[in-house]
Amino acid sequence: MTTLAELNAAKDAALAKMTKTGGGQEITRVVVGLATCGIAAGATPVLKAFEEAAQAAELSNVRVLQTGCIGMCQFEPIAEITAPGQPKVTYVNMTAEKVKEVVEKHLKGGSVIEEYTVGAVTD
Amino acid sequence: MAVKPLTDTEFYKKQTRLALRNCGVIDPESIEEYFAVDGYQALAKALTQLTPEQVIQIMKDSGLRGRGGGGFPTGLKWSFTAANTADQKYVVCNADEGDPGAFMDRSVLEGDPHAIVEAMAICGYATGAAVGYIYVRAEYPIAVKRLEIAIAAAKARGLLGKNIFGSGFDFELHIRLGAGAFVCGEETALMTSIEGNRGEPRPRPPYPAVKGLFGKPTTENNVETFANVPQIILRGAEPFAAMGTEKSKGSKVFALGGNIKNTGLVEIPMGTKLREVIEEIGGGIPNGHTFKAVQTGGPSGGCIPAAYMDIEIDYDNLSAIGCMIGSGGMIVMDDSKCMVDIARFFLDFTVDESCGKCSPCRIGTKRMLEILDKIIAGNGTLEDVDKLEELAYHIKENSLCGLGQTAPNPVLATLRFFRDEYIAHVTEHRCPAGVCKAMLTYKIDPEKCIGCTLCARVCPTGAINGTVKQPHVIDPEKCIKCGACETACKKVHAVYRA
Repeated sequence: MTTLAELNAAKDAALAKMTKTGGGQEITRVVVGLATCGIAAGATPVLKAFEEAAQAAELSNVRVLQTGCIGMCQFEPIAEITAPGQPKVTYVNMTAEKVKEVVEKHLKGGSVIEEYTVGAVTD
Repeated sequence: MAVKPLTDTEFYKKQTRLALRNCGVIDPESIEEYFAVDGYQALAKALTQLTPEQVIQIMKDSGLRGRGGGGFPTGLKWSFTAANTADQKYVVCNADEGDPGAFMDRSVLEGDPHAIVEAMAICGYATGAAVGYIYVRAEYPIAVKRLEIAIAAAKARGLLGKNIFGSGFDFELHIRLGAGAFVCGEETALMTSIEGNRGEPRPRPPYPAVKGLFGKPTTENNVETFANVPQIILRGAEPFAAMGTEKSKGSKVFALGGNIKNTGLVEIPMGTKLREVIEEIGGGIPNGHTFKAVQTGGPSGGCIPAAYMDIEIDYDNLSAIGCMIGSGGMIVMDDSKCMVDIARFFLDFTVDESCGKCSPCRIGTKRMLEILDKIIAGNGTLEDVDKLEELAYHIKENSLCGLGQTAPNPVLATLRFFRDEYIAHVTEHRCPAGVCKAMLTYKIDPEKCIGCTLCARVCPTGAINGTVKQPHVIDPEKCIKCGACETACKKVHAVYRA
C-alpha cells in the first residue's frame, strides 16, 4: 500500500472482517491469552478446545483467536468472549473441560457461566 | 444477571492501558487486526503530513521519557541523532529485558509486535535512519516469532522497505538475538553485540547519537518507549502529556510479583501512589503477613520501605529516595524476608553478570559479595558494614557502564532503610526475619507440641527425638536447618525459629 486511502480501506476491511462473517452474520469473538505466561499455564489446549468445539457445533459466527497477555498471571489461562451487543466476558483458570461447558452454555445457549468468570474469583 | 467485567475488578480499575492498549485485545500475528485498531495510521500521518522536525517536536511535547530505566526524554534523544549528519544512521530497539521478575517488554512484543515495527519506522523517519535493529533475547522465542511474522507482513504490504507511503522514505528492520548476557541490555554493550562482537560496554562519550552502531549515529529506545510512540503521533502530544506528574508523563507498565495477592502486568498513570498499587491493584499481602518493602528496578534498583507507602510513583520521586523505576519490575516483599539476604541475592546476580571489562565492577562487586556472605554467616563486624558501604560508593562512581554504576544500589538501599537489620546481624548475630540459617536454631515449644511425630518423620537427618504424645526435641548437632519440620507442623505451630 502506498497511500493513506489504501490504509484506511484496509482498516475498514479489517473492521468489517472482525465484526461480520462473509455471510453477514455478526461475529462472536473468543480470544485466548497466548503469551508465554498463558502458554505455560496451559492456554494452548484451551485454544484448541475452543476451535474444535466451535467447529464441531458448526458455530460459523464464532471466531476463535489467540491474543497477547491479558494481564492476570494467577488466573491464566484466560479466555474472553465478546458476543454482538454484549459486554465482554472474562473466563479464568480455563481448561479444555471447562471450554466444552462454555461452548455449550455460553456460545450455543447464550448464558454466561458466572462461576468461571473473573468476578467469581476476585474481590 | 450482571457479570462483572474484567475492567471492574480491583486489579484493573485503577489501570490505564496505553502501552498495553492492544495487548490481550488483538491477534498479534494478524496485521489486519492491527489495522483495525488504527495500526500504521501514525506512520502514515508522520510520513505524509509531518516533517521529521515536527515528529520530534511532538515527541518532546509529549514528555515521554525512556521506559528502560534511564528516564531520558525520548524527543530530546531523537533530536540528538537527527542533528548529526551521516551517510547511514540506525534505530535500535532494546528488547534485552533481563531484570529478574520483569516481563513488560516480553508482553508487549508478544501482544502487539506491530506497534514496535511502526514506532521504529517513525523514529527512523524522524532521525534520518533507514535501518533498524531489534535486539531481543533468545529466551523469548514467542516474541521473536511474532516479531518475524509482523516484519514479514509489514514488508509484504509496503509498510517497510522502499518509498513507504510514497514519501521517498526507506526503512528496513532486522532482528538480532541476544545470547543471555545481562550486560547486553546496556546500550553500548548491546550495540557491540549487534556488531558481532563480545557484548562489552564502551565508554561514553561518544554517545550513541554521535557514534553508535557501526560507528554511526544511533537512536536506541526500549520496547515500552516505542510502544507509546504510535498513539502519541496519532493523537498528538496533549493527551499523553495531560497524564502523569509534572516531570513524568503518561503511564508506566510494571510487572507486579512477589508476596502479593494479585500478580500480573499493571499499567498505571505516573504519579499513582505505591499504596494504591500494593493494596488496591495488588490486593494486599497474602497469608496474614505485613508489607515490608517493594523492590523496584531489579538488580539496578533499590527498595521502597513501608514508610514510603504514600510516595507517588514517578522517576524523580523514586530517585530522590535512592531508588529507581527501572524497567518496571516490582517485587513485593513481606515481613518474612531478610533484607540482607535480598541484597545478597541481587548482588550475586550482578557478580555473575559483570562482563569483567572494568575492575570496579569485576572485582568490587565480588568483594562486596564476600562481605555480605561473611555477614550472613554470622561472622560480620560493624567495620564490615562500613566497608561495604564505602566500597559501594566507589563502585557506583568508578564503573564503566550502567551495570556497575547501579550494581551496589540494592545494598545501598537496604543499608539506608534497613540498617538495623545489618546491625543485628553483626552485633547480636541475629537475623530479625529468621532467614539467615547460620544465625537461627529451630526449636520446639513443649507447651504447644502434641507429640504427633510428624516433624520427626519429615526430618531428613533424624534430628528430632520424642515419643508419641510427648513433646519432641530437636538435636541442634544434627539439625541442618532445612525447615521441613516447621512446614510440617502447620497445625499447632510448635516448631519455631530462635
